[in-house]
Amino acid sequence: MEIKKGIAVSPGISIAKSLIIDSEDYRIPRRSIEPAQRMAEIQRVRTAFQDAARQLGQLESAQERTDGGKIKDIFAVHLRFLRDKSLRSKIRGVITTDLVTAEYAVSTVLREIASHFTNAKDPYISERAADIYDIERRLLKQLLGRRREDVEHLSQEVTIVARELSPTQTAGFDKKYVKGIATDAGGRTSHTAIVARSLGIPAVMALEDLTEIVRGGDTIIVDGNRGIVIVNPDEETIRQCERYGRELTELEHKLDAIKEKPAETRDGVKITLLGNIEFPSEAEIVLQKGGEGIGLYRTEFLYLNRPTEPTEQEHYEAYAKTAQVLMQRPLVIRTVDLGADKYTQSKRFAPEPNPFLGLRSIRFSLQNLTMFKTQLRAILRASVLGRVKVMFPLITNLQEMMQAKMILRDVMDDLDEESIAYNRDIEVGIMIETPSAALMASALARGADFFSIGTNDLTQYTLAVDRGNELVSTLYSAADPAVLYLIKAVIQDAHKAQIDVAVCGEMASEPEHIMLLLGMGVRTLSLTSPMIPEIKQIIRSVTIEDCNNVARKVLGMSSERQVSNYLRDATRKILPEAF
Amino acid sequence: MRPAMQFVDIANQFDCDITVSNDENNVDGKSIMQISMLAAACGTRLKIKAQGRDAEKAVKVLKELVEEKHFDEPTPSEQKNARI
Repeated sequence: MEIKKGIAVSPGISIAKSLIIDSEDYRIPRRSIEPAQRMAEIQRVRTAFQDAARQLGQLESAQERTDGGKIKDIFAVHLRFLRDKSLRSKIRGVITTDLVTAEYAVSTVLREIASHFTNAKDPYISERAADIYDIERRLLKQLLGRRREDVEHLSQEVTIVARELSPTQTAGFDKKYVKGIATDAGGRTSHTAIVARSLGIPAVMALEDLTEIVRGGDTIIVDGNRGIVIVNPDEETIRQCERYGRELTELEHKLDAIKEKPAETRDGVKITLLGNIEFPSEAEIVLQKGGEGIGLYRTEFLYLNRPTEPTEQEHYEAYAKTAQVLMQRPLVIRTVDLGADKYTQSKRFAPEPNPFLGLRSIRFSLQNLTMFKTQLRAILRASVLGRVKVMFPLITNLQEMMQAKMILRDVMDDLDEESIAYNRDIEVGIMIETPSAALMASALARGADFFSIGTNDLTQYTLAVDRGNELVSTLYSAADPAVLYLIKAVIQDAHKAQIDVAVCGEMASEPEHIMLLLGMGVRTLSLTSPMIPEIKQIIRSVTIEDCNNVARKVLGMSSERQVSNYLRDATRKILPEAF
Repeated sequence: MRPAMQFVDIANQFDCDITVSNDENNVDGKSIMQISMLAAACGTRLKIKAQGRDAEKAVKVLKELVEEKHFDEPTPSEQKNARI
């Protein structure tokens, strides 16, 4: 039994045998086989060579000799390799002695040959490495392609294990047979996570080296609530997990019943529950789950997975579509929060040494004004279609906020000149997600129409912890007294200035933190849609007086552990099924 | 890699074992993988050995290919000499 901790991206729990999907674009992880499996793997290699050779033979003969036969010759050389007995016997040898899968053996042997060419001094010869990689890819496609067909024609329940999955791949999964998803890479906000969530398949990502541990057919538990994957669990663990799964299903049915009821405490205080979304299509799901609008529309997804920046029209269409679904319900569009990721880093000549303290988010927008203005124009144009608000991320000082607002006014002037309609009184808010913004909240409140506290970044920056780094991730906790101190201060400053304050970080979707947040004075929460019913259930089970008592107690505590334990106990009394 | 392809294509027509060697390694003359790796490592002096029914003819034809035809696309840095 091995327990791996990752990031929970899609809730639910499942037990099923693993089906591993590799991608020919990645290094194939080393994966062991049982001695008895050797013959089967060798047969797979033989079939892959035969099929690849047949395919290539067809390609070769279809090729005209128009270019002097160069392409034809390249195919011919590849074909000789596929028919080379000593190459195949080398791969067979690796399978037999090292006890590894066909994919791994093919990949290592061919890469070894390729590196032999790469090291040659003669450029004519070193360039031949590309041919070898091409042959490798062709063989892997044969080996892995069959696995993919397996996914399409499943006849039994499986857990999909992969290094990374594309959203398209994931969208093709049959929910009847694909019971869980576990991947090495990815995170909560990856497209694949979003697809898994909307399909309702439990998923855990960022498991780092899971594909190297799991063998095909291993029993896998995916706990999409706690972000845990258990490989080959013992009987007791399986029993526990089954019990937990049943409880979750019961809870879900119970929660379905309260979707229509208001999010109101027992003593009649109304709480606004909003959804966090990444795609227009998710707005509908938020409403289905009982959300009253969108508190955080993350617009980064318009920029990712594409070679060029989105056009104003593309922005507009996404916002307009969302606004139309919501009608007059609030829609908070956050301007792009890029940076510290592939998108900005790949466009830089030298990667930043410290990207989380670098050119990200609003800083990136303020230095790329054309891009920023394009987005603001689209938001303003969409503002006539509903209750659209605009929000700036990662504000660290007053000047940044004023600058962003000034640019918004510039864009308004442009629209005026062109006689394009927009809502002149659009509400403009900021994310409070840096300690400096939290400390300066009273000054910022004078220039903002609302605050939204981003607890994920606020926690990371306050505690100086990268939660993706497993060496220190245990230090990451929104329940740390230092973080709570800042949250409390922000809420007080917002109340003094009489502006709205919402919490939109993960904290707002964590049952144990709800009483505390209400007790500290929060009346608006924005969270991932699947959690809305459960959080509403908690709200409907408490009184504000209970919450105030919890907050008073917690704010007097000085250690994170004390706070966490206390909050867990307090919440367990309200909603025992949640734990 | 076209020269290597021509070499193994011819080698494979014969019913004998063909070994090609430079100063360090001996490889199977019928395997494109081995021949091309040998060329990549060295590419200068090659020794061709054959054993079997039509060994003599095989060596003659292969020698002719390497020595006289210089293949049809010799690489600039390569000067191949074959010795028996």
